[in-house]
Amino acid sequence: MPGNQGQNVDLAIVVAIQVIYSIALLVLISAGLAIVFGMMRVINLAHGEFMMVGGYATIVAVNAGVNIYIAMLIVAPLAVGILGLLIERLVIRFLYGRLVDTMLATWGLSLLLIGLVTLIFGNTTTGISPPIEGFPIGAYQVNGYNLFVIVITIVMVLAIWAVLSGTRWGLIARGTMQRSDMASALGYSPDRVYMITFFAGSALTGLAGGVLAPLVGLVPTSGTQFIAKAFITVISGGASVIAGLLSSATLFGLVSQLFTFSINPMVGEIALLVAAVILLRLLPQGITGRFFRGSM
Amino acid sequence: MAGSQVRQTAIVLVIAVIAMLVAPSLIDTYTLTVLIIYGMLALSLGLIWGFGGILCFGQAAFFGLGAYAYAIAAINIGESTVPFLVGIAVPFAFAFVLGAMMFYGRLSDVYLGVITLVVTLILFKFINSTAGPEYVIGKARLGGFNGIPGFQTLNVPGDPSWYIYDRSFYYFCAIALLVVYALVRWLLASPFGRIAVAIRENEQRVELMGYDVRFRKTVLFAIGGAIAGLAGTLFASWAEIVTPGMFSLSQSAEIIVWCIVGGLGTLTGPIIGAMILAYLKFLLGQQTLFDSTLLLGLILVLSVLFLPRGVVPTLALLYSRIGQGRRRPSTRATARRRMRASADV
Repeated sequence: MPGNQGQNVDLAIVVAIQVIYSIALLVLISAGLAIVFGMMRVINLAHGEFMMVGGYATIVAVNAGVNIYIAMLIVAPLAVGILGLLIERLVIRFLYGRLVDTMLATWGLSLLLIGLVTLIFGNTTTGISPPIEGFPIGAYQVNGYNLFVIVITIVMVLAIWAVLSGTRWGLIARGTMQRSDMASALGYSPDRVYMITFFAGSALTGLAGGVLAPLVGLVPTSGTQFIAKAFITVISGGASVIAGLLSSATLFGLVSQLFTFSINPMVGEIALLVAAVILLRLLPQGITGRFFRGSM
Repeated sequence: MAGSQVRQTAIVLVIAVIAMLVAPSLIDTYTLTVLIIYGMLALSLGLIWGFGGILCFGQAAFFGLGAYAYAIAAINIGESTVPFLVGIAVPFAFAFVLGAMMFYGRLSDVYLGVITLVVTLILFKFINSTAGPEYVIGKARLGGFNGIPGFQTLNVPGDPSWYIYDRSFYYFCAIALLVVYALVRWLLASPFGRIAVAIRENEQRVELMGYDVRFRKTVLFAIGGAIAGLAGTLFASWAEIVTPGMFSLSQSAEIIVWCIVGGLGTLTGPIIGAMILAYLKFLLGQQTLFDSTLLLGLILVLSVLFLPRGVVPTLALLYSRIGQGRRRPSTRATARRRMRASADV
């Protein structure tokens, strides 16, 4: 029947959007962590809380009458970037090169941030509604905001790539990460480069938090649901920032959506985690430790 | 075991026994019992992380697994002796398989952390989703996020109606901790323990000497799992309910915090760290002025920055320095020996 076939096409489109959306979501929530880990070998376990702060910054700004897009795309990244800058100066810069200690200190920071936000906003759910309406494809309803998330993610990845490979600043940053002594001999202060890189990573995390704010009911502990996924995506990706991020997000997004559609979302979540375990067992250096070596 | 180590262990045990007898007059035994259980949990990570160099982000997995294994077995059997052993054996076996998978795959550092973290998450999500009546093991329903209540708590072997509870349960847990402590000390003084420490220091060199590093790490990891499982079993008996929260990331995080604050590379450090921090959290939970998470976070950040060695080693070092000052000025070699001795506590 033609009607049936049309429905199948609609379903295929809806599924495709959903799969791309879940991949984009993984990229979006992991990007800040990937910059900080891939460039600086610092694992920021307060990453989820940075996102949570970005979300709160957005909501506060919107409630204060700021346009929602300005709140998400400018206020949230700035707020979290400045927070990251403070934390880098006060804590993290003393711990460079001590991977485990940075993990522990940032874990402490994440608890601290949860406590602070609880103190300020209370332990209640706040939220704003998505600014974009849903629209139908055939018999199915598609969430318009999901498409916005996909677009933002693509723009963000392109921007990261452009900055890292096309600008002088990206060149200096990459050089410093490879040989900080050389960069320092050439007159660039590694301390400042680390500081700015951490600011950039934090700002991206804030952006993710802001963009996701309309999708989740925010509570002070919202961050914890992101950190594990972001952590897994970044580590499985391996050393290359962009290639690693994209490849592991694609793999995990596909696996989790495959199981979500064929069984249920719960199994999808578990499948993602099992895939991560198998992947790391087979490729202990992450995907870019074996494939796409030397890419960015 | 060298003579000085025997003496040190004996001193620690004597102090611990005195503390065990005095403590109930200061804090109620119900709270004390859980502090001891947390101490044992911290000891399990302190062993594999501090002496084996294996940073496990999912020690809570074995803790929860021990508790669930005990609860399920207790519902099915009704008498607590066999479930008690099951509660230790299941996490041991699970840790052995998981460890074998990781160490024979040559995973280390961050990747180890991620895998253990992920496995904990899988268990947490799985147990959380088992609310339906189709998830049954024998007579026990898994109960999802509600957990499993109403199982047989610890009893005197052979008599299911003679419960070990309240003060006697406190002594049972305290003595269990002392026994485990002594056993771990003995294990670390044995050739197995010495080689485990050597692996932590330089894995490649030990491997070139002909030892099977992968197998030894796996066994050490499994022993850590068994101790965490024992802590879980006791916890199940204490709380009289097991919930998925035992598998949670925050539980894992707390164990790591205990170890790092108490002092890595020692056994008493993690135990003391766990007891102090858990009691602090308990006290903070009773007031509403400060959020307890906030303070715990602050403690963790400050201790990483200013006390990277942990409380116990720092105190031991201070103590030996004071002792040195009082006696005749000693050479640097003895100072170093003292430092090493302090790390053995």
